Amino acid sequence: MQRILIVGGGTGGTVLANRLSTKLDDEIDADEVEVRLVNDGPDHVYKPVYLYVAFGQREPEDALRPLSDLVNPRVTLDVDRVTDVDTDAKRVTRHDGGELDYDYLVLATGATLVPEETPGLVEGGHHFYGPEGAENLRDALADFEGGRVVFSVVGTPHMCPAAPIEFTLMVEDWFRERGMRDEVDVHYTYPIMRLHGKQSISDWAEPRFADRDIETHTFFNVEEVDPEEQVLHTVEGESLDYDLLVAIPPHRGDDLIVESGLGDDGWVEVDRNTLEATAAEDVYAIGDTAAAPAPKAGSVAHYEAGVVAERLASSVHGHVPTETYHGKTICFMEAGMDDATYVSFDYENEPVMRDENKFVHWAKLAYNESYWLTARGLL
Amino acid sequence: MSEHKHTPDVTVDARGAGCPGPLMDLIGKVKTADEGTVIELQTTDAGSKDDVPEWLDKAGHELLDIVDQGDYWSIYVRKA
Repeated sequence: MQRILIVGGGTGGTVLANRLSTKLDDEIDADEVEVRLVNDGPDHVYKPVYLYVAFGQREPEDALRPLSDLVNPRVTLDVDRVTDVDTDAKRVTRHDGGELDYDYLVLATGATLVPEETPGLVEGGHHFYGPEGAENLRDALADFEGGRVVFSVVGTPHMCPAAPIEFTLMVEDWFRERGMRDEVDVHYTYPIMRLHGKQSISDWAEPRFADRDIETHTFFNVEEVDPEEQVLHTVEGESLDYDLLVAIPPHRGDDLIVESGLGDDGWVEVDRNTLEATAAEDVYAIGDTAAAPAPKAGSVAHYEAGVVAERLASSVHGHVPTETYHGKTICFMEAGMDDATYVSFDYENEPVMRDENKFVHWAKLAYNESYWLTARGLL
Repeated sequence: MSEHKHTPDVTVDARGAGCPGPLMDLIGKVKTADEGTVIELQTTDAGSKDDVPEWLDKAGHELLDIVDQGDYWSIYVRKA
């Protein structure tokens, strides 16, 4: 019996489990292979929904589906928390279920928000990266009577690199649609010298921000938030007042990864093409968990899962794995409440930017519904 | 030769990046590092040779050296 153990039931872990369940169906049925997915809760979470929760367009429960409804019955689903990884013994320890041996381990534990790493951010800032944060932001936006809205990228790396530009263009449009735009100043801050990590995305955003009177602050790295005075202070020595602060909080990977020596900050050091961990044999990492030079985005987790499914199937069949990942990423990007564009790029190729239109906005909303087919390994 | 002049406490391998970019990777590391920490940023993005010194100058950290390693650059930084 060859045991494939996947830790984490987000996009990467779920797509991988389902792909393996079809690629290795005969072997699983013959009890030659076990594909086990361990997740620390019963539900799968589709995080992009939370952006729309902030604008009152979706509910937090729309982001959830039971893993048992999404995962092929050939996958052994295990709701438990992995608390220790021993890559020498090829064994993990679970919180409730004891130890588990593996032949192949895939870490897909994802990213966690740690706003407490920036003093004052928990008290002073809003975010849309989880159910409570998005609901609190929805209420704060609805109650906002005017003043300065500051959107600030505080933590890097962070999930969904498109989100800062999307949220800023959406919130500007949202206030306009509500007839409040003249009472609201919109500010955007970014850590480096342009508006986005990708030059071409920054070049796309710059004239749109200027046309829509969004004030920008670059080389702006928040060191501290003063929630009493409502001021941001940066490591570069600048200050910025706000009436409503929306921030991308700092992120961390799972402590498990640091403790097992697989990578700093909870991101597993991997070969960027094979996605194999550099510090251990027969260990892969996918999605936000991997310290590959690709964005922490759902499409990356999805494509990486496809690559690792092929590699693991080859290994199980006694072949040399040859499938590799080359940084393929596709992101929809809202440009307001009714228009969107999309970008695709990889390790070698920069995004080609396109003008926004309504059709791509509808495509994004449609994909948010059909995502559940992606999770099932079908789309 | 300057290859071995600086011994980094931390190495940030941003070769091949990519979104969100080597400078962003460096800033994330600098923010959480202790004062005096020497960080080596490995980058294949030629733009880093301009971007990184510009940010270090603005943020008040020290640029120790930029070393051409052949197929990438090592940029050595000390956190102030």
